[in-house]
Amino acid sequence: MTTLPTSTDKKLGLVIDLDTCVGCHACVISCKGWNTENYGAPLADTDAYGANPSGTFLNRVHSYEVQPSEGAAQLIHFPKSCLHCEDAPCVTVCPTGASYKRVEDGIVLVNEQDCIGCGLCAWACPYGAREMDAVEKVMKKCTLCVDRIYNENLPEEDREPACVRTCPAGARHFGDFADPTSNVSILSAERGGMDLMPEMGTKPVNKYLPPRPKDRDRSEDVDILAPFLEPVAAEATGFLGWLDKALDAMPGGKT
Amino acid sequence: MHPAPSVILFSTLSGLGFGLLAFLGFGIPQPTGFSAFIWFFIAYALAVGGLISSTFHLGHPERALKAFKQWRSSWLSREGICAVAALLVMGLYASAAIFFATPLPVIGWIGAALSLLTVFTTAMIYTQIKTVPRWHNITTPAMFLSICIAGGALLAGQVGIAIVLLIIAALAQLAHWIIGDKALAQSGTTMATATGLGDRGAVRAFEPPHTGTNYLLKEFVYVIGRKHAAKLRILAMALMVIAPIVLLALTQLDSVSGSTDHILAALAVLSHLVGVFTARWLFFAQAEHVVGLYYGKR
Repeated sequence: MTTLPTSTDKKLGLVIDLDTCVGCHACVISCKGWNTENYGAPLADTDAYGANPSGTFLNRVHSYEVQPSEGAAQLIHFPKSCLHCEDAPCVTVCPTGASYKRVEDGIVLVNEQDCIGCGLCAWACPYGAREMDAVEKVMKKCTLCVDRIYNENLPEEDREPACVRTCPAGARHFGDFADPTSNVSILSAERGGMDLMPEMGTKPVNKYLPPRPKDRDRSEDVDILAPFLEPVAAEATGFLGWLDKALDAMPGGKT
Repeated sequence: MHPAPSVILFSTLSGLGFGLLAFLGFGIPQPTGFSAFIWFFIAYALAVGGLISSTFHLGHPERALKAFKQWRSSWLSREGICAVAALLVMGLYASAAIFFATPLPVIGWIGAALSLLTVFTTAMIYTQIKTVPRWHNITTPAMFLSICIAGGALLAGQVGIAIVLLIIAALAQLAHWIIGDKALAQSGTTMATATGLGDRGAVRAFEPPHTGTNYLLKEFVYVIGRKHAAKLRILAMALMVIAPIVLLALTQLDSVSGSTDHILAALAVLSHLVGVFTARWLFFAQAEHVVGLYYGKR
């Protein structure tokens, strides 16, 4: 059924912290890995080792430079995956009912057996969160790792989306936005979580935490770690000192 | 947007076919017997040919029947249902006219209405897409419908009506271009709102997420022939409207014989078809999807 539920019991989604993300793309790779080996059609690569490689990804990291009117420019790494919108335009346009939003937790999914590969849902998404798989010819999108988060065969700490589990910077958080006391609700409230393209009226569930302003200009800073990076042994002593001299004494040793 | 030939061919041919079916349904003209067969054959060839061509852009055309399910929310589903309903009802009307020489007016009117509704639903598939501001306004259905009706009149040999309708279609197409050219700027969607970073300063795409291309770039950020857009618009307008009007006007001259009339009319239809095809190619090629903003491409 491609009409949207009026409300969902839970609103599962992500908080993405633009202040913390270091742009390492680990979430991109872990997402690709998990979702190629598990739920649904694998995420294809075409011409992977050739001149024009291309592939399906459910999560991609952009990098933007923001130049304020005064002061230094800031580089912001910007992971982007499905925002599991409350008013998801991708769902209502689907002619077959393959796209749907789950009543129980609000996750937007594609039933790949019903997808005719018309691409209209990807047209309707302002965020570029849906990609047609070049090999399987069905629409792929973030499932919020629906096959991890409820999976009792996994250790409890692994029951969260692969991108969240893998993030070394702790820039991604998973939880229920319908619960005002959840980790994501509190984080979003405290840090001013924002919607992307609010004017599109999609009511995204995922929130982005804006980067904190730089507390001071660091352009003149001396690196406090620099002294510790000096060579430990300027003058070789002991065995290494003897070896140094012995090697110098060999023919062609000293230049 | 990527201008997929199958989709452009579909909207051009089916638009014309359903336009002709509408005129036949309203009884303008009202042929019977073998001449009715010829008329309906042309209309069905165009409408069904277009519909078949549209399935070529599907990843899984073998599942196309599933697309009739979601009429409550999906314009694409509604289009499928309307198209089949129009073809069935008009089939009934055509059979009565061809085999029993008895046109059934009420059936014809219903079939004509369904034919126009089909083109309207096609237009709404694009109009509903908020992410392409150029399409997301009333000029899209106005343009699709007026061109369909004008093409139908042209094909139905209704010279007087066709000239008036072609002028209306030209105005609708012009409005679509004029309003469309400003639509993205007026939508308020920018890199600033896309990233949410706009109030901090000027946002610039520093590095894309990948070194190669991807589905999004190929489908939505596709740029082709934009430098020729102005020329193509003039060409489209000349072929779609001006040439057919001139050719139709020539058929009205007393000095022109009956057989020359038919050749002129056929040329008018052909020119119109090529013109609509050009305009529809531009409809896709010039459409800017907002996802391009994430790539700094708008």
